[in-house]
Amino acid sequence: MKVLYFAWVRERIGTAEEDLDLPESVSTPAELIGWLKTRGPEFESAFERPEIIRVALDQVHVEQDAPLGNPREIALFPPMTGG
Amino acid sequence: MTSEPHASARRADAPQAPVRISIQAEDFDSAAEIARLAEGRTDVGAVVSFTGLCRDEGGTLEALELEHYPGMAEGEISRIVDDAVARWPLAGVTVIHRHGKIAPGGNIVLVVTASAHRGAAFAAGEFLMDFLKTRAPFWKKEHRRDGTATEWVEAAARDDEATERW
Repeated sequence: MKVLYFAWVRERIGTAEEDLDLPESVSTPAELIGWLKTRGPEFESAFERPEIIRVALDQVHVEQDAPLGNPREIALFPPMTGG
Repeated sequence: MTSEPHASARRADAPQAPVRISIQAEDFDSAAEIARLAEGRTDVGAVVSFTGLCRDEGGTLEALELEHYPGMAEGEISRIVDDAVARWPLAGVTVIHRHGKIAPGGNIVLVVTASAHRGAAFAAGEFLMDFLKTRAPFWKKEHRRDGTATEWVEAAARDDEATERW
């Protein structure tokens, strides 16, 4: 599963993109964030406020409790500040 | 990346609305974009534009750096434009959003809406900006003139609240 990170989430983790094998137990974005937090201090720092993280499955916004399904890519990023 | 202008679904009560969406590093020419929406048409009675510019934040800002999610940025803006076209009788829409480093005084974003009457053009323009700010995947980082640590701009609650009126 391709996982993408943007803005300060990317900076704190130290990488823009990873190819990950997710455990069976991960079935929602919220569970994905919870699992990522166990992977080291940089992930702990990126997701210290998991509730504010936005999620896109195959480039479409979803809520954190949405079923993960089998997307080509998952993106995790801070609230947007464009415009 | 730039999308070719494409015609949106035709409304029963409106002529075709040509849509142009571009996510680009290079600058844009607001005047030329505004003129283009009414060019060769006699059914357009109103063209409304919004240009978002980079402020210097009281002289403290050296530049804004805009990061975006390529592909999703264009897709999300397309979805917001489709909503606007479905909601108002528009004769054309242009949205251009830049990314990369932008100095104070520089252009960041342009939204232009055309319609037979000003009400639809104004409303659609505000709608597009409100949703673009809260749904299009762009993030601003501030570079300070005094060289202190760069900081990511925090999302403003007022921007989220602005979407609730629609």
